[in-house]
Amino acid sequence: MAAEEKIRVLVAKPGLDGHDRGAKVISRALRDAGMEVIYTGLRQTAEMIVTAALQEDVHVIGLSILSGAHNAIVPRVMDLLKQNKMDDVLVVLGGIIPDQDIENLKKIGVSAIFQPGTSMDSIVQFIRANVKPRGVPAAG
Amino acid sequence: MRKTTDESTVAEIAATNESEERFPSLAEKQWQETILAPSLEKSPEKPIGAASGVNLDEHGNARFTTISGLPIRRLYTPADLPQDWSVEKYLGFPGQPPFTRGIHPTGYRGKLYTMRQFSGFASPEETNKRYKYLLEHGGSGLSVAFDLPTLMGYDSDHPASEGEVGKCGVAIDSLEDMEILFRGIDLANTTVSMTINSPASVLWAMYLVVAEKQGADWNKISGTIQNDILKEYIAQKEYIYPPAPSMRLVVDTFEFGSRYTPRFNTISISGYHIREAGSTALQELAFTVYDGVEYVEWALRRGLKIDEFGPRLSFFFNAHNDFFEEIAKYRAARKLWYQLTKDRFHAKNQRTWLMRFHTQTAGVSLTAQQPMNNIARVALQAMAAVLGGTQSLHTDAYDEALALPTEQAAGIALRTQQIIAYESGVTQTVDPLGGSYFLEHLTLEMEKGAIDYFGKLDAMGGMVKAIERGYPQKEIAEASYQYQRAVEAKEKIIVGANRFTVEEESPHTLYIDESVAQHQTAKLKELRARRSNEEVQRTLDALKKAAAQEPRAGTDGHVSAANTMPYIVAAARAYATVGEICQALKEVYGIYTELSIT
Repeated sequence: MAAEEKIRVLVAKPGLDGHDRGAKVISRALRDAGMEVIYTGLRQTAEMIVTAALQEDVHVIGLSILSGAHNAIVPRVMDLLKQNKMDDVLVVLGGIIPDQDIENLKKIGVSAIFQPGTSMDSIVQFIRANVKPRGVPAAG
Repeated sequence: MRKTTDESTVAEIAATNESEERFPSLAEKQWQETILAPSLEKSPEKPIGAASGVNLDEHGNARFTTISGLPIRRLYTPADLPQDWSVEKYLGFPGQPPFTRGIHPTGYRGKLYTMRQFSGFASPEETNKRYKYLLEHGGSGLSVAFDLPTLMGYDSDHPASEGEVGKCGVAIDSLEDMEILFRGIDLANTTVSMTINSPASVLWAMYLVVAEKQGADWNKISGTIQNDILKEYIAQKEYIYPPAPSMRLVVDTFEFGSRYTPRFNTISISGYHIREAGSTALQELAFTVYDGVEYVEWALRRGLKIDEFGPRLSFFFNAHNDFFEEIAKYRAARKLWYQLTKDRFHAKNQRTWLMRFHTQTAGVSLTAQQPMNNIARVALQAMAAVLGGTQSLHTDAYDEALALPTEQAAGIALRTQQIIAYESGVTQTVDPLGGSYFLEHLTLEMEKGAIDYFGKLDAMGGMVKAIERGYPQKEIAEASYQYQRAVEAKEKIIVGANRFTVEEESPHTLYIDESVAQHQTAKLKELRARRSNEEVQRTLDALKKAAAQEPRAGTDGHVSAANTMPYIVAAARAYATVGEICQALKEVYGIYTELSIT
């Protein structure tokens, strides 16, 4: 992607859980790293997240899930992205995700899973290195 | 330089306090000149962690700070106490105002703290087995962890519950599940704490009906419902209704409890979640105690009497890593609550003055890396809580950064408490650290810092108003980010996570699959076919009618005619579900959406 174009990230908190310390800290870290961050707030459905990603024309979706609901929520987000031809959006997931679920989540298209203890810096680096170029550069 | 918001930050408050004049004795001055100075010359001090950020003062000299960023002096002496300091004026004795040294004259010598392990997962059948395990192994109370759908007032078969049933706690849909949860557990003789907030009155009503069916007397049963909605808006975010009706529901439980369940704590005013959301120790203390003030204000406005509901207010704090800062926090909390109830609310009943609190070790401090290290962390945190005079304690299991605890991990957590109680010797004398220059200084600093926050919150018009403008949320978000930044810069060390790291395999953890959701859904279907749905509808309609009215304190010992509790008890008895009762209240009160703050 063009060097001057800011990376746009949607940080989303799906499911019923309200523990948003991680989502907020990451939002702030990405912003401090020069990215544009849109935080959805709490209790977003997969539909709300994908709609917001589409409207905000983001390059990256970061999902924060600590409650164990990832197996129900993440596949739905990935399906909706496919349906909307948004395969170029990088999807990363952070939270309490058991090892045994990681392989399947990666198989359905999640690029990275950040488990507890991951540094903010390594998340920034991962996004910078893996954000996908756009067919048509975003306006502005 | 730390970023500042328009309100002064904790670090600034601390820096101001630190620059206050200090009058060391002649002997101390001599020590500084003859012993200390040459020693510093030869071997300069090095703070723990990278020499940057929080570890340096404005002159670039080494600075030592608590985990909350409070600067710590090299040595504490009488010069660090107020000039008019005396035991009589500042400290008192245990069981005596201002209760800094504890609420019981004999500390733990007459009664140990209650070992109350928070537990709940999957179905009520599974959790019932875990409760029996804990009680058989010497646990002295129970503490129910509900799953997210229950906490948010949804039934297990609601679309919003998908993927969440039984994951973070036990799924409870109706009185039937509550009966299963406590099957074979004698509620007349077991104290039970329930971590439930927005739907607290609903789950409490179900509990009371189960107790009654077991033949227990409501006048004698004891336990606690968390029922602290303010900290939900501030930190944990499991709210359903807007603040005003939520506060009304809380006051309904105060009124009902004072009349019918005099030994039940109708609230546990919680700093735990505020701390877990990333606050400092001081913010945890200040916001929690001030939440207490807000509840009292609302109850007084209803017409309740402070000395009737006051003794049933209980508190809940976090036990984090910084040993002395935590102990100072508990001691300051007791003193502050005494001062507030007596001077601000003119309570006459000594039981109203006493802050009784539960403590849980800090889940947020646990590392997923080298998880066995958490056993040591938890032991130290728990020791701080005991030295701070907690009434009951939960120790986290070492695997909780990864999953809900396995039985083995939960067992070690309980044993840790028993080792402190029975082996360490710290329970043998009251407030053993009382009189330590460092601890007394820190306790006074905590008290001062909290009073400063109280002033700001009063000026905003109280906690509900402060929440609506996002004040505590912003304070916590700022502290949380600064701490994370300090960890990443290795200014604050976390063993096994940012220092002394190794490559390792993940341990075996508890895995909860979707079968719980299917099991709960099947039970709900059968229940709805079996119960009288007319009776359910009738009780829900009556509840809605009461909920829509403005309650006024009852006279002659009766609760307000519009108090929702009796109606919720009736609905629970008719086997209305958690989701149905909460839905009825949502129809009257609406739902709350917060302003997003990052």
